[in-house]
Amino acid sequence: MAKLNINGKVRDVQVEADTPLLWAIREQAGLTGTKYGCGVAQCGACSVHINGELRRSCSIPVGSVKATDRIVTIEGLAAHSSHPVQKAWAALDVPQCGYCQSGQIMAAAALLKKNPQPSDKDVDEAMTNICRCGTYQRIRAAVHMAAEDKRVKS
Amino acid sequence: MKSLSRRKFIIHSGMVGGGLALGMKIPFIENAEAKTAGAEVNAWVVVNPDNTCVIRIARSEMGQGTITGLAQLVAEELECDWKKVSTEQVTAGQNLARKRVWGEMGTGGSRGIRISQDYVRRGGAIARVMLLQAAAEQWKVPVDELSVADGVITHAASKRKTTYGGVAAAAAKLTPPDPKSIQLKDPKDWKIAGKPLQRLDTADKLNGSKVFSIDLKLPGMLHAAIKQCPVFGGKLASFDEAKITGRPGVKRAVKVNDAAVAVVADTWWRAKSALEALPVVWDEGAGASESSAIIAERLRGGLAAVDEPFAGWREGDAPKAIQGAARKVEAVYSTPFLAHATMEPMNCTAKVTADRVEVWAPTQNAEATLAAASEESGLPIGQAEVYKLDLGGGFGRRGGTQDYTRQAVAIAKQFPGVPVKLIWSREEDMQHDFFRPISQCRLSAGVDESGKLTGLHMRISGQSINAFLNPSIIKDRRDMRQVQGLYKDPGDAQFGYTMPNLLIEYAMRNTTVPVGPWRGVNTNQNAVYLECFMDEVARAAGADPLEFRRALMSDKPKHLAVLNAAAAKAGWGQPLPAGVHRGIAQFMGYGSYSAAVAEVSVDASSGKVSVHRMVLALDCGHAVNPGQIAAQVEGSVAYGLSATLYGECTVDKGRMVQSNFHDYPILRLAEMPKVETVIVPSYDFWGGVGEPTISVVAPAVLNAIHTATGKPVRSLPLKNVKLA
Repeated sequence: MAKLNINGKVRDVQVEADTPLLWAIREQAGLTGTKYGCGVAQCGACSVHINGELRRSCSIPVGSVKATDRIVTIEGLAAHSSHPVQKAWAALDVPQCGYCQSGQIMAAAALLKKNPQPSDKDVDEAMTNICRCGTYQRIRAAVHMAAEDKRVKS
Repeated sequence: MKSLSRRKFIIHSGMVGGGLALGMKIPFIENAEAKTAGAEVNAWVVVNPDNTCVIRIARSEMGQGTITGLAQLVAEELECDWKKVSTEQVTAGQNLARKRVWGEMGTGGSRGIRISQDYVRRGGAIARVMLLQAAAEQWKVPVDELSVADGVITHAASKRKTTYGGVAAAAAKLTPPDPKSIQLKDPKDWKIAGKPLQRLDTADKLNGSKVFSIDLKLPGMLHAAIKQCPVFGGKLASFDEAKITGRPGVKRAVKVNDAAVAVVADTWWRAKSALEALPVVWDEGAGASESSAIIAERLRGGLAAVDEPFAGWREGDAPKAIQGAARKVEAVYSTPFLAHATMEPMNCTAKVTADRVEVWAPTQNAEATLAAASEESGLPIGQAEVYKLDLGGGFGRRGGTQDYTRQAVAIAKQFPGVPVKLIWSREEDMQHDFFRPISQCRLSAGVDESGKLTGLHMRISGQSINAFLNPSIIKDRRDMRQVQGLYKDPGDAQFGYTMPNLLIEYAMRNTTVPVGPWRGVNTNQNAVYLECFMDEVARAAGADPLEFRRALMSDKPKHLAVLNAAAAKAGWGQPLPAGVHRGIAQFMGYGSYSAAVAEVSVDASSGKVSVHRMVLALDCGHAVNPGQIAAQVEGSVAYGLSATLYGECTVDKGRMVQSNFHDYPILRLAEMPKVETVIVPSYDFWGGVGEPTISVVAPAVLNAIHTATGKPVRSLPLKNVKLA
């Protein structure tokens, strides 16, 4: 039994303490936008934000998450897919199969929050999630487009 | 989304959340009572009263954009409003019940669009004819006085207008015209097809609402984790279920056919945790002695073999020409086993009752899934149904074999009436793939005093996909599929050069490892062998690699045109920054012509390879969506570069060594080159798009490395090759 604050809602989840946060999010909270890809923090498909930091939820035991920790999943990133990253992803037709894109979008959103004007090198260093369809070129362009969008708005 | 209102979902509404508002599609079952709003004009087209058009799609979507491309082709002939188009997947059971009105559903071999383009365009055109006829009958005017644009029908003489939505119900009652009577549009008149339109299936991939098969939720569902015998060909001997009874949520441990055990629990994580605690004994069998070293030796035997049947073909007498040549060039190349590693691991949900089996699966071949579900359940195929969900990657892994479907049904049979979702761990996924087959190739060539190629001999030795998956089609060990891309005949995967003496041979050498098609299949390995060796021969002849190729391609104009297009766009021969070198390659597969130029640097001290830019040219005949073609080309570069740099599965004690992304690394964004796509459509054939260009990625990069270091790379992956 644990209390998790996911997307602003505090939920009681009935799991063993060593259950990875990913599986509590998917199986107890029922939020399946966060994906299982490797289980060993290699691929980033399970990326979420915890207190604003990008984290790979497959390798965080629920027992180490406090009820006050603010977990944000792809479902809670922005209402109506209105985050600049989501808009840029749509404009550039980034996704192919789409399976890794929740994690990619969460990684890009976390990057832009810390670094609103990332260079190509910054993007290279921050965006380490695996995409097997090979959408990397469009991801790079979309991160820059989203940065531009944020700049225009701010 | 009106089309969804007439469907009764078997999936409880809680799971779809905001997805409905964003255009998410869930495979449906027919519900006659609910079928009121839209009119099915024909099998491909449903028109709703509000003029939205639902286009039915039979092929699987795994990221390659086939939904959008096929819808463009139907909509082009239908003359509907593209902004009002949505799509709907048909099920394999419906296709069977309606005598395969939607044709084949299998999605592999880059065939989704090129094989279905004719009948889906006719489907759209027939619907248009019927809709116009209905309007003509309503207005009592000759149909040829009507015109249509964007789903609005106009009778100019009487200034009357109606819409597809207004006449669809009447049109649905008409007898459709003979498909052969339909005159399809000339592609040069296309307004929707041929344009780089945005994909129809992006919105729900941006906010987590898209439901992949792995995400499916059904009422009362149980979850299964599986462990398969690590040794290929081995069997399950026993397991000690008592050791996991009483663990939270665990229902049972069950045998799955001969070679696997599964734990079923109330959640997947509990099932997986219990499975890890379950003592299992395997009967490893004879396969336990297989290893990479033994396989390599076996393949070398195939390179040297003299007295056995070879697949292949010949022109003139290559061995004699090479023997007598002024200069001889020889090399042996090798490529490893590779895993597909789709981002969504293998999974399948099954529900079996006394008289029905239902399966929800990511599948590239829903009809094969249907057959597998029927066979495994023991129920007639008419009592089976498959709900196909869009795949989290396919790349050839989820085609005809359907191992995960069989397993899910075998497990669900032991829980009658209860849906059970089986998910493979990444480790199971990587170690129980149908791997890209391993092979080696010995090449020799003769060059005369003037630098002209006088003869070429390629001897490939390696594992046959057909021998593993479809042995009955191989006659006398001659499996021509393994020489894909080196064929004599034009049309599909033709050898791109003409020379007086040529000998291509394939010696079959099989292993215990399961093998199957992997994006590009055998074009990948064969392009590395041929195209890297062509560079070696060009060097021996003192010729520029591009000019050397051109001289051999004068009667292969389409091969030559893409080679020239890639070279021109890349600026072949133009100066490059210091330390950057170019490599070039061309190849044919899946009915399409590809060429690539890579710009690469190799760090002199570390040997690290950086691929800066790749230009790829493709002639796929007709280009249905240039934006999505570019996306497929970009993706093929990433998939091909992952294999070139890192991809390798090795065998020890009969099992695969690599188990996850830490020891099977995948290209990341930082390593992605700038990719430029040049589409060179010749508009006189229909070629594939998803696979053709991957074959030229590795050889273009390897040829650039050869130029950079002065040494050929003859063995993949590059992580094993010392370049400094």
